[in-house]
Amino acid sequence: MLSIKNLTASINGTPVLKGIDLEIKAGEIHAIMGPNGSGKSTLGKVLAGHPAYEVTGGEVLFEGQNLFEMEADARARAGIFMGFQHPIEVPGVSNASFLRLAYNKKAEAEGRDELDPLEFDDFIHEKIKVVAMREEFLDRSLNEGFSGGEKKRNEILQMAVLEPKLAILDELDSGLDIDALRVLGDAVNKLQRADRALLIITHFPRILETIQPQFVHVLSGGRILKSSGKELAVELEERGYDWVMEEAAAGGAR
Amino acid sequence: MSTTLNVVTSQEYKYGFVTDIEADSVAPGLNEDVIRFISAKKGEPEWLLEFRLKAFRHWLTMTEPEWAKVDYPRPDFQKIVYYSAPKAKVAKYASMDEVDPELLRTFEKLGVPINEQASLAGVAVDVVFDSVSVTTTYKEKLAAVGIIFCSFSEAVKEHPELVRKYLGSVVPAADNFYAALNSAVFTDGSFVFIPKGVACPMDLSTYFRINNKESGQFERTLIVAEEGASVSYLEGCTAPQFDTNQLHAAVVELVALDNASIKYSTVQNWYAGDKNGVGGIFNFVTKRGLCKGKGSRISWTQVETGSAITWKYPSCVLLGDDSIGEFYSVALTNHKQQADTGTKMVHIGKNTKSTIISKGISAGDSSNSYRGLVKVQPKAEGARNFSQCDSMLIGQTCSASTFPYIEVQNRSARVEHEATTSKIGEEQLFYFQQRGIPAEEAISMIINGFCKDVFRELPMEFAVEATKLLSLKLEGSVG
Repeated sequence: MLSIKNLTASINGTPVLKGIDLEIKAGEIHAIMGPNGSGKSTLGKVLAGHPAYEVTGGEVLFEGQNLFEMEADARARAGIFMGFQHPIEVPGVSNASFLRLAYNKKAEAEGRDELDPLEFDDFIHEKIKVVAMREEFLDRSLNEGFSGGEKKRNEILQMAVLEPKLAILDELDSGLDIDALRVLGDAVNKLQRADRALLIITHFPRILETIQPQFVHVLSGGRILKSSGKELAVELEERGYDWVMEEAAAGGAR
Repeated sequence: MSTTLNVVTSQEYKYGFVTDIEADSVAPGLNEDVIRFISAKKGEPEWLLEFRLKAFRHWLTMTEPEWAKVDYPRPDFQKIVYYSAPKAKVAKYASMDEVDPELLRTFEKLGVPINEQASLAGVAVDVVFDSVSVTTTYKEKLAAVGIIFCSFSEAVKEHPELVRKYLGSVVPAADNFYAALNSAVFTDGSFVFIPKGVACPMDLSTYFRINNKESGQFERTLIVAEEGASVSYLEGCTAPQFDTNQLHAAVVELVALDNASIKYSTVQNWYAGDKNGVGGIFNFVTKRGLCKGKGSRISWTQVETGSAITWKYPSCVLLGDDSIGEFYSVALTNHKQQADTGTKMVHIGKNTKSTIISKGISAGDSSNSYRGLVKVQPKAEGARNFSQCDSMLIGQTCSASTFPYIEVQNRSARVEHEATTSKIGEEQLFYFQQRGIPAEEAISMIINGFCKDVFRELPMEFAVEATKLLSLKLEGSVG
């Protein structure tokens, strides 16, 4: 589904990604872990098409298409979703109308029927149950005055509405208490299917207890230092990140 | 580096065409003879000529205001044409058949409904082309309930006693530089009189069009709502695209008697000049409403999107006890446009209330200022004001300023002021784009959200038009 080859990227001329290789197949769940400043959030933003980052080399194919020939909105409509670490607030734009516009843009791109406000109302009321969101949040301005946890809940609601092929979730667990994390983790698990893939970007292994990856990658200094199965997450929980970096420095990097 | 917000260009101004029509114009220049000419042309009574001459003589002693945050070459008042009218075959059109078809086509192109049969909107329109009112629709229907809606010139002829009573009663001839100029040379405009207890059954509207390259437009609008009367009035305007500047200096006076209510809405789309700041209208307008009676209410709603320079402060004088003044404004500037706009709320009567909601949007290299005065006079026991002034910046090279002045001379008054500045930046746009929403639509959605509190005050058709207009003006704001 997603094939990343020797990807390099920089921001304001400073290299952040220094050669990333990663293959994600349909049905897989991958976790990218690493210390702060390792470049893991950058990887998500580059894949989603954030304008502040410049791709300086390498190639990314999404379902065979060159990702870098697509604008950010076209990538989204093609099925790439990013759950933001810090979702922005937009006063005056109701959550429901934002969700409906996003839904309809995707429906239009896929040649499906767009939903009018009443049809969408029925549709969204089913979806909010999945993330246990209260109805009032639909009428409120997009993310405005939402707590950290409510914002994250709203991100996963958007994911449930858009049903992406590839969801990149950046630090989903930050700002969430344990109960909310479980609810949202379960929601994400329910959305995962054989034809979809997940890329979980996280600093803490905690979230991986609910959303269990088959593959765990440690990213540091803009490179993937180690890739392994989910047992790696357990090891990172116990030992932290330093040993991976030491191992890499000693020549153990793959 | 990012390129998302770099390029700001707006769509071509679609009302920029010129109507090729023979005009009856006076030579450029301003002196007492020109004023006598205008007055004679309109067959005015002596007292009105005196009003004009007095204003002119005072104007000669005045200087242009310098305090606004706008920078422009001072107009040469001797180069302006003060009277220009489409040449009519007859003195007065008896029916629409006599109106020059070229003129009719112009308004058709502008989408202004001047044919009652063809007009589905159910809005009565007074159409002003350069210096004269071309036609007023639904006059008879309105007259049936006692409402007078006609061109200003006609009102002078048909209802001189009403005009004389109220003209200059809200904006005195010597009020300010441009109001004095207008008082001297005003040519036409609209007159509305809603008699006691009558709620106007339809929205009334004036459409102003500047066509002549050298002409200034100096219209005068006077709206009087008697005790318990109410009216909703809409104003729209466009001008052709010239590389020179045209001056528009209007005066609008509103008078609301006991428990009367006047709602005045404007969508201003004068030509704004090109993206390098060449050409465009200088919009120097004095608009003021007098809440003369108890429990009266005057509400200004404006959507300002055009003009090279905007200098405009629709205000309310809250004289009657329990009267209410409201100002809802969206001002959008792009490219090299400059706007200095806001309001004055003068609380004189007891328990008077005023609300100010101002939304400024700046893009390109433009400058957008809110300037407002809330004044509570000593006898305005229990006066209350709430002001909210929000600015939104699009891109890196525009500016927004807020100048709120508050003068409170009564200790029981409560005055609240809130202000915010936000930015449509990369992060906001990226968020929308990441959800599959293209940047242009994202901007339009964010802007509409930002302006929501003002748009909901507009009559339905105007709200739709305003929404479209803002999107149009910002088209290409992202590249």
